[in-house]
Amino acid sequence: MWRWLHPYAKPEVVYHLLGRWQPWLSITAALTLGLGIVWGLVFAPADYQQGDSYRIIFVHVPTAMFSMSLYIALAIAAFVGRVWQLKMADWGLAAIAPVGLTFTFISLVTGAIWGKPMWGTWWEWDARLTSQLILFFLYVGVLALYHAFSDQRNGAKAAGILAMVGVINIPIIRYSVEWWNTLHQGATLTVFERPPMATSMLIPLLVSILGFGLLAGALIVQRMRNEILRQELRRPWVKHVLNQDRATELSKTEQA
Amino acid sequence: MAMNPRRKKRLTWTLGLIAGVAVAFSIILYALSQNIDLFYTPTEVVEGKGKNALKPEVGQRLRIGGMVVEDSVKRDPETLEVEFRVTDIGPEVKILYTGILPDLFREGQGIVAQGVMVEPRVMKATEVLAKHDEEYMPPELAEQMKGIKHVNPNQPDAFEGSTP
Repeated sequence: MWRWLHPYAKPEVVYHLLGRWQPWLSITAALTLGLGIVWGLVFAPADYQQGDSYRIIFVHVPTAMFSMSLYIALAIAAFVGRVWQLKMADWGLAAIAPVGLTFTFISLVTGAIWGKPMWGTWWEWDARLTSQLILFFLYVGVLALYHAFSDQRNGAKAAGILAMVGVINIPIIRYSVEWWNTLHQGATLTVFERPPMATSMLIPLLVSILGFGLLAGALIVQRMRNEILRQELRRPWVKHVLNQDRATELSKTEQA
Repeated sequence: MAMNPRRKKRLTWTLGLIAGVAVAFSIILYALSQNIDLFYTPTEVVEGKGKNALKPEVGQRLRIGGMVVEDSVKRDPETLEVEFRVTDIGPEVKILYTGILPDLFREGQGIVAQGVMVEPRVMKATEVLAKHDEEYMPPELAEQMKGIKHVNPNQPDAFEGSTP
């Protein structure tokens, strides 16, 4: 593990590596997300029961899915950060958490907007909804702890422990609709079965999921680069990078 | 793979922490398992719930979730009063409600009603919520596969005409 991670423990290497991924991630994210959303919201057929209201699924399902998978990534980063004491993993924590928090928030809000016309209520203290709300607070807690200490390493440690402990909530969210009677319906997308969804709706949903995944990736990569610069601000290589940026900008203004 | 002892110690601590919290949570959830249910099913209302077959008493406030029995919806033409029966696999429970039902309410649909038991098998509901399942398909396909005619919830006679 250590041998494999070792070359990536150098902030400068990671910064430039992520810098090469950044434009590709952003462009593919914009394209797939645009395609998925337009296809889902405009061209996919209406549902036999819910009419056009079901279309919120094209935002709700991807954000809800990634709110959970990003939390797992957060917990893995925290785990690596704790056991191998890798600074980069701690910074990854800080890069993933705000994106996960935003996705969780979007899933909660779109769920409420969907719930009002379909179920007849904005909110119900149902096992699925409540556990997703707990996920939201976990993200808030991780972020708050990370920034609560004057010594950054203590903050990362405290936030990491909360992130790891909170991972127990993920299977609870996932299986809440099976273990208990809930208002929320069961999962539409499962790995092993053909989803009970018409193909004309399923394909735009999958495209939209891919788009949101790439968006999360692009945002995290950018946040990670910012975090690296912020943490390494006093190092010569950062000064070098910043001077280079300034030089290119100066030459641009001179040309103009 | 050789691991240095400090790293190994941290690994053990971390895994121990996660395992401990997981066990604690599983025990809590197991103990709470029936209290986390959002609603009683009609069978649980009539035959009792859990090992002790606890039955709700008259005057108790609870939620019942089940399917609306076909041809059981009766509306008062003058007021917003409505009564219908819900079932899951066996017994039926009657629900009385005054108010506007959600868009998805129709016969054969899953609903969750919250209210007070007025008789052992009758509930006076203060709120009726509609459940929907995880199936999504265009109306033409639904008509083909299930013989369900698409009902636009916005048209005025949507619910009267929903019995196939």
